[in-house]
Amino acid sequence: MSMKILVGCKRVIDYAVKIRVRPDKMGVVTEGVKHSMNPFDEIAVEEAIRMKEAKKASEVIAVRCYSTIQQETLRTALAMGADRAIHVEVPAKDCENLGPAQVSKVLAALARREGASLVLLGKQAIDDDSNATAQMTAAHLDWPQATYASKVSSCDGKLTVTREVDGGLETVEVSLPAVVSADLRLNEPRYATLPNIMKAKKKKLDKLSLGDVGVELRQHLAVVAVSDPPTRQAGVTVDSVDSLIEALRHAGRI
Amino acid sequence: MNNSITNQLRCALQYKNGYMNKLLKQTSTALFSSINSNLVVNDKSKLVSNPLFQSKGPSLCSTPALFLHKSQLHVSNCCAGQPLTQLNEDEIMLKESVRRFCSTSVAPLVSSMDEAASLDQGILKGLFDNGYMAIETPPEYGGSGLSFFASILTIEEIARFCPSISVVCDLQNTLLNTLFLKLGTEEQKNKYLPKLASEFTGSFCLSEAEAGSDAFALRTTASQDGNNFIINGTKMWISSAPHSGVFLVMANADPGKGYKGITCFIVDANTPGLTVGKKENKLGLRASATCEVHFDNVVVPRCNVLGEVGQGYKYAIEMLNEGRIGIGAQMVGLAQGCLDATVPYLLNRKQFKQPLYSFQVRTTLPFPSCSTASRSNSRSTASRYELPSPSFPAQPQADQTAALQLPGTNYPPLPFLLNRKLIKQPLYSFQCAEVATRVTSKCVELLGGVGFTKDLPVEKFYRDCKIGTIYEGTSFIQLNTIGKIVGMEYTRDAV
Repeated sequence: MSMKILVGCKRVIDYAVKIRVRPDKMGVVTEGVKHSMNPFDEIAVEEAIRMKEAKKASEVIAVRCYSTIQQETLRTALAMGADRAIHVEVPAKDCENLGPAQVSKVLAALARREGASLVLLGKQAIDDDSNATAQMTAAHLDWPQATYASKVSSCDGKLTVTREVDGGLETVEVSLPAVVSADLRLNEPRYATLPNIMKAKKKKLDKLSLGDVGVELRQHLAVVAVSDPPTRQAGVTVDSVDSLIEALRHAGRI
Repeated sequence: MNNSITNQLRCALQYKNGYMNKLLKQTSTALFSSINSNLVVNDKSKLVSNPLFQSKGPSLCSTPALFLHKSQLHVSNCCAGQPLTQLNEDEIMLKESVRRFCSTSVAPLVSSMDEAASLDQGILKGLFDNGYMAIETPPEYGGSGLSFFASILTIEEIARFCPSISVVCDLQNTLLNTLFLKLGTEEQKNKYLPKLASEFTGSFCLSEAEAGSDAFALRTTASQDGNNFIINGTKMWISSAPHSGVFLVMANADPGKGYKGITCFIVDANTPGLTVGKKENKLGLRASATCEVHFDNVVVPRCNVLGEVGQGYKYAIEMLNEGRIGIGAQMVGLAQGCLDATVPYLLNRKQFKQPLYSFQVRTTLPFPSCSTASRSNSRSTASRYELPSPSFPAQPQADQTAALQLPGTNYPPLPFLLNRKLIKQPLYSFQCAEVATRVTSKCVELLGGVGFTKDLPVEKFYRDCKIGTIYEGTSFIQLNTIGKIVGMEYTRDAV
């Protein structure tokens, strides 16, 4: 019952936005583009709040590490029902280099600092699709991990997690403390109601520096170039099955 | 110092009257150019920095157009230098949550609700559960305690998806809750506000068969009988009546005094003698029920008078002023929703091997800007009600007169500004309705055959928008009021 849950909230370019590559080919255009919380993180926040509502958890802490701009991702988590939030400030110049390797270190440090017994994360962010932060966080903490959760139930200091795998569903049991990553079908996140948006304004949002959490960020990767995917070639119309087969043979597909 | 301000105001007045006259011609070109000039002026607002208004030197007013803006801009100067039309983080979050509610819960049912002419009960419940029915109501009465501006944003955003749901939300917030909040006794507020926030809609009953635009000709009477009033009469065009738990009824308690006998009564829906009559079969806003309501010897205790006996006519006028801004926002949202449905189709659909947009764009460029211009107008009007800040956390609604005081000064409210305020609500309501009418009509045409079918929501927006030129004061009445005020400014002494 005294379980504290740490939930990661990444701010990403909204899923509905058409992504454009920057003219310098070193990234994508983010200025003036609509951002929102990573949808998988939203699912993680929802699951944490449900566990709190079911009295399985005592506190839900939403966390994010980035530069100071735009707190709305954490505010959204608070309006959904998280109890408080922690923002780990990263100097603006280092933000471009933030990846799973760096973020997982920060999350692990925060989990220790807060005495959390569950770190709940989205399985991946829809911008870089790394799908590595949860796994790396578990490694840093040396905790068990249950990734791609589509169902989570907790009992006696253990979590039973159903995972969607290629062959169907796999059920695993992990003992707490643990790291869990949320898949698409885990739940349907709620949206913030007006009274809760107002209540969220009074909730605590702590700001910590990297020094406060004792993490030094090192850069392991360098972006060489970012480019658009090749545009799809127009197809051709064929007039019969025979000519279709002929065309496929010609293209070396059959 | 006073002198320079007077000079500035004069310049603004001259500019403004030119603008009004153009509008009054009521030809579409005049309307368009005035709307567009307004947009330009609005854009300039971002260029005009605060010191222009704050410094009080005599040579500030180089161009009247810029100045008009400064006087509008003083509103935004008070809120941390942010332009009125730019939303802050909280406002964006509010808008986002409304949009999500609408796209997941409302959008799939819009067409079937229109067809069946009925409001889905799940959506109504969603409006309550999400707090959209008590936006400004303070938390102690079960609301969110947000600003009038927040109501306007919500109404606008809902209208993008469904103008019928939008009007249900609009009336609850700008009429019902506001009347109770401003006029109710503590007992009345405690009894009704929490229920209006969570349980039922309320209905505002003013119009009658013989009393439409001439509202004060109403014939419903309230005869005094000891400590009770007995209400008799029939009200028409009553929105949300079948779902309402409470009715605010305008009835004449002293017909001998003419309109000065009109009094506002709180009548519970289950009071004997109150019956909801036939539902109108309407052109648009079909999901929102509009009914006759009959009062046959309905007995209400004296403690159910809202405000003071004989003051009802004043309350009605004042509340409808605020209501008009809501209607303006509804029309802006509607126009935006219509564009949302139209433009992507134009970009995709190809004829002559080119997207339709590449042809149509040449003739239709004004439409998105129209919508933007009136949006900034409805929003700035909303903000005007609640200086010093239109942003959260909600300020208690500033007294309307205080709202017109120049910020940071102790100047009394200037009569010129006061008149400008009077002119604003009819002007915006009129302008937003006209914009919606033109945008929806053109969108149907732009889409060609498919725009004429029910496959796209555009034909529905086209039908829904007509009410904007009719309710809470018809466009003709609005023009009448605008014209009257302009005339007054020329016939009395200048500022």
